Amino acid sequence: MTTLLIAEHNSSVLSSSTLSALTAAQVIGNEIHVLVAGKNIESVADAAARLSGVTKVLCANADTYEYALAEPMGDLVVHLSASYSHIVAPSNSESKDFMPRVAALLDVGQVSDISAVLSADQFKRPIYAGNAIATVTLLDDKKVITVRASSFDKSTQQNDQACVVEVVDFIADSNLSSWQSDDITESARPDLASASRIVSGGRGVGSGDNFALVEALADKLGAAVGASRAAVDAGFVSNDLQVGQTGKIVAPDLYMAFGISGAIQHLAGMKDSKVIVAVNKDEDAPIFQVADYGLVGDLFDVLPEMTSKL
Amino acid sequence: MKILVGVKRVIDYNVKVRVKADQSNVDLTNVKMAMNPFCEIAVEEAVRLKEAGVASEVIVMSVGTTQSQEQLRNAMALGADRAILVEAESDVEPLNVAKAFAAVVEKEQPGLVILGKQSIDSDNNQMGQMLAALTKRPQGTFASKLVIDGDKALVTREIDGGLRTIALTLPAIVTTDLRLNEPRYAKLPDIMKAKRKPLETLSLADLGVTSKAHCRIDKVEAPATRSAGIKVASVDELISKLKDEAKVI
Repeated sequence: MTTLLIAEHNSSVLSSSTLSALTAAQVIGNEIHVLVAGKNIESVADAAARLSGVTKVLCANADTYEYALAEPMGDLVVHLSASYSHIVAPSNSESKDFMPRVAALLDVGQVSDISAVLSADQFKRPIYAGNAIATVTLLDDKKVITVRASSFDKSTQQNDQACVVEVVDFIADSNLSSWQSDDITESARPDLASASRIVSGGRGVGSGDNFALVEALADKLGAAVGASRAAVDAGFVSNDLQVGQTGKIVAPDLYMAFGISGAIQHLAGMKDSKVIVAVNKDEDAPIFQVADYGLVGDLFDVLPEMTSKL
Repeated sequence: MKILVGVKRVIDYNVKVRVKADQSNVDLTNVKMAMNPFCEIAVEEAVRLKEAGVASEVIVMSVGTTQSQEQLRNAMALGADRAILVEAESDVEPLNVAKAFAAVVEKEQPGLVILGKQSIDSDNNQMGQMLAALTKRPQGTFASKLVIDGDKALVTREIDGGLRTIALTLPAIVTTDLRLNEPRYAKLPDIMKAKRKPLETLSLADLGVTSKAHCRIDKVEAPATRSAGIKVASVDELISKLKDEAKVI
């Protein structure tokens, strides 16, 4: 029994969610091989080879895999799947795109976004936007699994000796879809998904311009900026800042919510944070029911005051 | 070009979910049901493509219980031309749903299939990708913009950190994200008209699909609750609590 863990990376470093998925793979208990696919990824493959618990790295270095398009990625994983009982990936926009293809092509089910491993075939996962937790058993021989990174600690232990890195020369065909352009938000702030502090704004912030107040506090704290779905729907900020069931699931040490009422779908994305601070004008806002520290007040007073006093 | 759109009947997104006492599942008795919000966005996009003259016909399809007719009628009130209901017990697994859609794709040969990226009940986010794999059609998931340009679909996708635009050779599968469009509300005359639009009912067997079990639900529990903490009176108090008590800043 061997697990194939599919690494997420930016061509230079492994993502922290990959390290969380490695922890999940270790709990499953099999020998673990890691697949690193992309273009110019040798350094990522070398880093993966030093991770404790990994016994082999498969390196698929080709133009076809540069943008992790679903069709070639799915075909690559299916091509490699014969010797694996578990195919595991951290849950992110890439794996959500190709993992269900892998499952369908293997004619097996997939369990998405697991939050706990109970045994090699039984897992827990949130359903109904985190309002219920299902315990599920995968019945197929091959198990296709995506892992909710915020539910698992990062496995950062390294071996002195790197394990073997094997080159995969399979080139998947990708003539049906092609990459055109990326519009990636350049930000000096930490990545939302892995930040240890997050300052979030909701509908109460009122406009995109007013988000500067949220950003100012975030910068003072070295925090990432987040937003509720209401703020995204209102067009204040872009969707990739959305914290919630349909956005990012986060679990920082400190989560500060300004002008966020605390809709179920938002709470599902942040309620595993260590310390939650809520600032809202409405003292009955549901966000106060999960907040460790609540302050009833106007965010337009509180944000600048806090930024200046820190 | 025909467009096939998936529609799923789910719990209304405003309803608070409760788990059954025997932990077998969530309790859906007497709960308000509605069209999955991402499916509404899919219907809207298809109807807009028809209004723009890009699509000739919009077919909506659901795999689910008899009651799913409500959501299909609703989709026809929003502008879809006809509906296909594949009657099945509730909670059909994504791969089995994908196989039913694949059979209809084979029969209807739509130029485009538009689906919600995930349903807000099971939150699997699998079906569209599975359908694309089964039908060997290219996929554009989590779309926030869709442009049909000749034999290509340009799909702008919501990815971690921003947006990515890819080109798909039609026929293709697209799944919707929140910002693709803002769905309209059905008007009363259209709701009346939708009652007379054709709705075909099939079974999985009619489509040659055997529903195979891949994933068993053993238990459904309420999540661990987080208890409310304290209210502070001022920014100064908040800062001192965060520094001295929580030690997070």
